[in-house]
Amino acid sequence: MPSTLDFTFAALADPTRRAILARLMAGEASVAELAEPFAMSQPAISKHLKVLERAGLISRGRDAQRRPARIQGEALAQATSWLERYRSVWEANFERLDTLLSDLQAGPGRNDSHN
Amino acid sequence: MPALTATPDGDRAIVIRRRFNAPPELIYDCWTVPALLRRWLLGPQGWTMPVCMVDARIGGTYRYEWRKEESGDTMGLTGTFTALDRPHRLASSEVFDKDWTGGPALVEIALNSVAGGTDMIQTITYASAQAREGALFSGMTEGMEAGFQRLDAIAAETPV
Repeated sequence: MPSTLDFTFAALADPTRRAILARLMAGEASVAELAEPFAMSQPAISKHLKVLERAGLISRGRDAQRRPARIQGEALAQATSWLERYRSVWEANFERLDTLLSDLQAGPGRNDSHN
Repeated sequence: MPALTATPDGDRAIVIRRRFNAPPELIYDCWTVPALLRRWLLGPQGWTMPVCMVDARIGGTYRYEWRKEESGDTMGLTGTFTALDRPHRLASSEVFDKDWTGGPALVEIALNSVAGGTDMIQTITYASAQAREGALFSGMTEGMEAGFQRLDAIAAETPV
């Protein structure tokens, strides 16, 4: 049984859904309003919105005609930690670079043969 | 431990800043020599770099391919150098294979000598504000995955 986090991963792994979230940060939007910049059909956008809703990242308004999508509060809170996650991936790279630089500066006879 | 900062700049760029205990020449080489690059530019844990080709001249291209061993997922990047001023500056324009952001990112790497080593300032300017959001989201999902792997390892009491 997939966990909530699995749904979140799946929701965010798709570039169109990420772009939808980015657009919704500027304010709520209807399916028609979201479909236009993506040149995508409304049913296709609706499928993406269902995934985002299941992940708890957006909610849908009750206005039967428009049902505007809006960002959920938790997603906004997560937004500020995106940069931190991005930073931590670069930090992993640079920690490896620190090790490599140590090895290179240790001089001949210390050939680091493992990857 | 030299602290890494990653800061948005304007609406399209991210500035990454980090100090290293090595001279600029060595950092520069670590960014341009394939045998060195593939030992550190790997992203989250579990990824290898089966392809790393660099033609280090103005207008020359570089090609990186990463592979996640567990799943077989791959990620590819192609770049073209626009500046190569060893040891203090290199610049390029690069794009991931799965680019949906409508354009390449411009990368500027400045390497300044400081007491004890190098102050590196890496500026990545994306094609649009939305492209930068996409990059941050990607960083988050991969970073979250790395974080969960560490949690799994702690739970199993095995070293990662």
